[in-house]
Amino acid sequence: MRVYLDNAMSAPILKEVRETMLPCLQEVSGNPSAFHDWGDAARETIEQAREQVAMLIGADTEEIILTGSGTEANNSAVKGLALARWSKGKHIVVSAIEHFSVLQSARSLEKMGFELSLVPVDSHGIVDPDEVRRAVRKDTVLVSIMHANTEVGTIEPMAEIARITREHGIPLHTDAVATAGTIPVDVKALGVDALSLSANQFYGPHGVGALWVRKGVRIMPLLDGGTQEGGRRAGTENVAGIAGMGKAAQLAREAMQDRMAHLLPIRDRLLTGLPAAIGHVEVSGHPVQRLPGNASFLVEFIEGESMLMMLNMKGVAVSSGSSCMSRALKASHVLLAMGVPHEKAQGSLLLTAGIDNRLQEADYVVEVLPPIVDRLRQMSPLYAKFEKAK
Amino acid sequence: MAVYSDKVMEHFTNPRNVGEIEDADGVGEVGNPVCGDMMTFYVKVKDNKLDDVKFKTFGCGAAIAVSSMVTEMALGKTLEEVREITPEAVAMELEGLPKNKMHCSNLGAQALNKAVDDYLSKQKVQSNSKSKSGKRKTKTRD
Ligand code: FES
Repeated sequence: MRVYLDNAMSAPILKEVRETMLPCLQEVSGNPSAFHDWGDAARETIEQAREQVAMLIGADTEEIILTGSGTEANNSAVKGLALARWSKGKHIVVSAIEHFSVLQSARSLEKMGFELSLVPVDSHGIVDPDEVRRAVRKDTVLVSIMHANTEVGTIEPMAEIARITREHGIPLHTDAVATAGTIPVDVKALGVDALSLSANQFYGPHGVGALWVRKGVRIMPLLDGGTQEGGRRAGTENVAGIAGMGKAAQLAREAMQDRMAHLLPIRDRLLTGLPAAIGHVEVSGHPVQRLPGNASFLVEFIEGESMLMMLNMKGVAVSSGSSCMSRALKASHVLLAMGVPHEKAQGSLLLTAGIDNRLQEADYVVEVLPPIVDRLRQMSPLYAKFEKAK
Repeated sequence: MAVYSDKVMEHFTNPRNVGEIEDADGVGEVGNPVCGDMMTFYVKVKDNKLDDVKFKTFGCGAAIAVSSMVTEMALGKTLEEVREITPEAVAMELEGLPKNKMHCSNLGAQALNKAVDDYLSKQKVQSNSKSKSGKRKTKTRD
């Protein structure tokens, strides 16, 4: 059996999405900025997609800035919102478990003279809104808290956090890459001022994303050089990719409840099945406030990459936040921020289900993983120590 | 797993000499779980040669393959020859390792050397105590 449970890293592109994109690549495609019929056609394609994306998150069409990725959207939001308020203050607040595109953007701002406060999370990965309240100051010009964390699946209390930032009149950005198109996301209900999303997370193409910025909120462009996107993002548009994102957004909105109903039993089979089948395995992240396709674990006494390699031999694709897996050889900052000790973080295992997965595939994983864990534990000096100490 | 050579994959899939030696003559432990890697090597020495070598490893696929390869390279070697098992030699035997995995081969060579050191230091303690009091003292291991 071949089981792909790494959808958060890369999800399949839907057939309807591909079919929407192909004509944009096959026929003569005008530059959307050009003044002729070809340009008009490309512009229409883009504007339709913009509307589809706006509808997905309950936004106004003209508030959507199309970008080249979720990473670009996060970079634009953090740097662009903070720099636009440069004269008002130089303090920014982000959570300790943000994606690197937010964290490193914040670090870049630090180098430019901004002060950065990292908001901690609890052992489930939840940001306590009171911690945000404590972190903000008179000179805070931006708060950025992710809507949900892909690595542990935890969904943050955005509306409560937004209440605090609104009280203080500070713009709030949320990285909704893990949630937009996956669970209901409505910018008005969330109460945020800016939101990033990425197309592949809802079965659209790679290399396309969007940033929503509430009307009236100023943002400095990251890319200069053209009047595209109302001057907020220069560069000739990726028409095919944008068309694909639009189609994917439309389908995600229509099928959201069905998709969630499909994913939840698969996730829950993994969340209950694996700890029941293997000793010393715990679920990481929040038990309830959790993304529908996310099953993440900490497997004690062994390391993630070796688990992953053995699972791959059994035809199962997953990922891990172990330091051995990262190029920088650093353990997952998300798990460490949650207070997970280093050696336990090494045993991180992340399974993300998508719409193509079936329940039997979860069963298959529950069947093949225990002997793998067993084998690796027989090789592990940590396990031997633990056994002897018993 | 195209990042690893066939040889690495082979040793990872069928690691040789996994385990512990209860009455080992030397034990070497390197790394620590806090940074993610940990290896323990056990050696048995007979006539100045490594008669038995076993390992336990907590680490990535490369770390497991390295441990296995090191035991294979070390078995039957004299205590002097064992010192020539360098991280580079191990990586070469494994038909190369990705750059960011070279430190895993350092660990393997280190753990083996430490086990040999442990054996030698015990020998010293034993011969010293023999010459001083004529009684055999066994150094306690932690
Ligand atoms: S043991 Fe961590 S990279 Fe090899």
